[in-house]
Amino acid sequence: MGPLDFNVVIRNLPYLWEGLQSSFLLAAIAICGGILFGAILAVLRLSSIKPVALAALGYVNFFRSVPLILIIFWFYFLVPLLLGRATGPFLSAAIAFTMFETAYYCEIIRAGVQSLPKGQINAGIASGLSRIQAMRYIVMPQAFRNMTPILLTQSIILFQDTSLVYVVSLRDFMTSASTVANQELRLVEIYIFVAVVYFTICFVASRFVNTFSYGFSR
Amino acid sequence: MIEIRNLSKWYSAFQVLKSCSLSVKRGEVIVVCGPSGSGKSTLIKCVNGLEGFDQGSIVVDGLNVANKADLRVLRTKIGMVFQSLELYPHLSAMDNICLAPMVVLKRSRAEAETRARALLARVGLEDHAAKFPAQLSGGQQQRVAIARALAMDPVVMLFDEPTSALDPEMIKEVLDVMTDLARDGMTMIVVSHEMGFARRVAGRIVFMDGGEIVETKSPQEFFTAPDSERARAFLSKILDH
Repeated sequence: MGPLDFNVVIRNLPYLWEGLQSSFLLAAIAICGGILFGAILAVLRLSSIKPVALAALGYVNFFRSVPLILIIFWFYFLVPLLLGRATGPFLSAAIAFTMFETAYYCEIIRAGVQSLPKGQINAGIASGLSRIQAMRYIVMPQAFRNMTPILLTQSIILFQDTSLVYVVSLRDFMTSASTVANQELRLVEIYIFVAVVYFTICFVASRFVNTFSYGFSR
Repeated sequence: MIEIRNLSKWYSAFQVLKSCSLSVKRGEVIVVCGPSGSGKSTLIKCVNGLEGFDQGSIVVDGLNVANKADLRVLRTKIGMVFQSLELYPHLSAMDNICLAPMVVLKRSRAEAETRARALLARVGLEDHAAKFPAQLSGGQQQRVAIARALAMDPVVMLFDEPTSALDPEMIKEVLDVMTDLARDGMTMIVVSHEMGFARRVAGRIVFMDGGEIVETKSPQEFFTAPDSERARAFLSKILDH
């Protein structure tokens, strides 16, 4: 092995950048979808109708008990089968991540909702709001404000986990880097660069979470 | 206006309300007092269906509380103020007041805000509309909570120990607002240990102990000549200190 040559990174920057964009897009879809569906699932989980609450709990337990990489695999084969046409790895990965993360976001949101004093929801109901309206206007806005740091932390983990789409050859940042590394036979330089990029993004984001948590503490 | 008949409620084996009956006329102010755990709060929470009950009936302004279909309409007509204040901390005083009128009564923001401003003026807080609950004192928060309840144009107001969580110097400002409200003819049920307020404002005083309504009397009679030993014991505890 000769001396390190980081020119290989610069030469392939546009290609790697494309991969990183896929990673960002996948994470963004899973974060938005996961929080949206997670909030809905959390409401179902807290429902007073037993079968509904149990079904939601079942969903959460299932997705939290299966490795993410397996879910990504499954959906890679399942989604084209269900849709009846070839879809490519991005759509199946986006669905897999969204459904997987929904389970985690659901538990974060449920805990946030349950941490609010019951008097708040009573005050809303006493003024004529339905339970759903009280959730929507009184409980959720407060719960989300308390939960923001944990939601962001989960989102950082999610972003790191997007590198697992390597197993279905989705051209994200990790997969692109691996392609370049093998073509150029510069594994050390490329993987050092990949590590630095993931570290920088996640470290900056986690600092951001910290300032957020201070800003919100009352 | 409010007709409570033979109301009973159990928490599993423990009976919290024992066949309570109370009839409240329009414009009447009832103060409910009694030792803690006597069922006062539970009783008024039954009036707007925040607590269910097992036997008996409650009819408010012609609507049956036990009827689930009427319950939401009924709640729009019954304002409630809580011991723990329960302003929404993420909303300004103005938005606290406007939320239910806009969401439930479908009033426009402009309409709701005009009304809210008038109500804030009524409780002496017209300059605090933009403030958040954390920026207000306990007494101010409770006055906003009263304005919030009034924003739905209720025909009945329920107060569940509205001054118990307040510092002593803030109690008067809240009681003054409640006194004004009573003078304006609002029908009110107030759970409170503020005996000065009860003496001045109450039409009748309801004394509860152990889940029962032990006596219902005018303030004059209640304070000078209570029938029961339990009421006498209670009064000596809260008046002689």
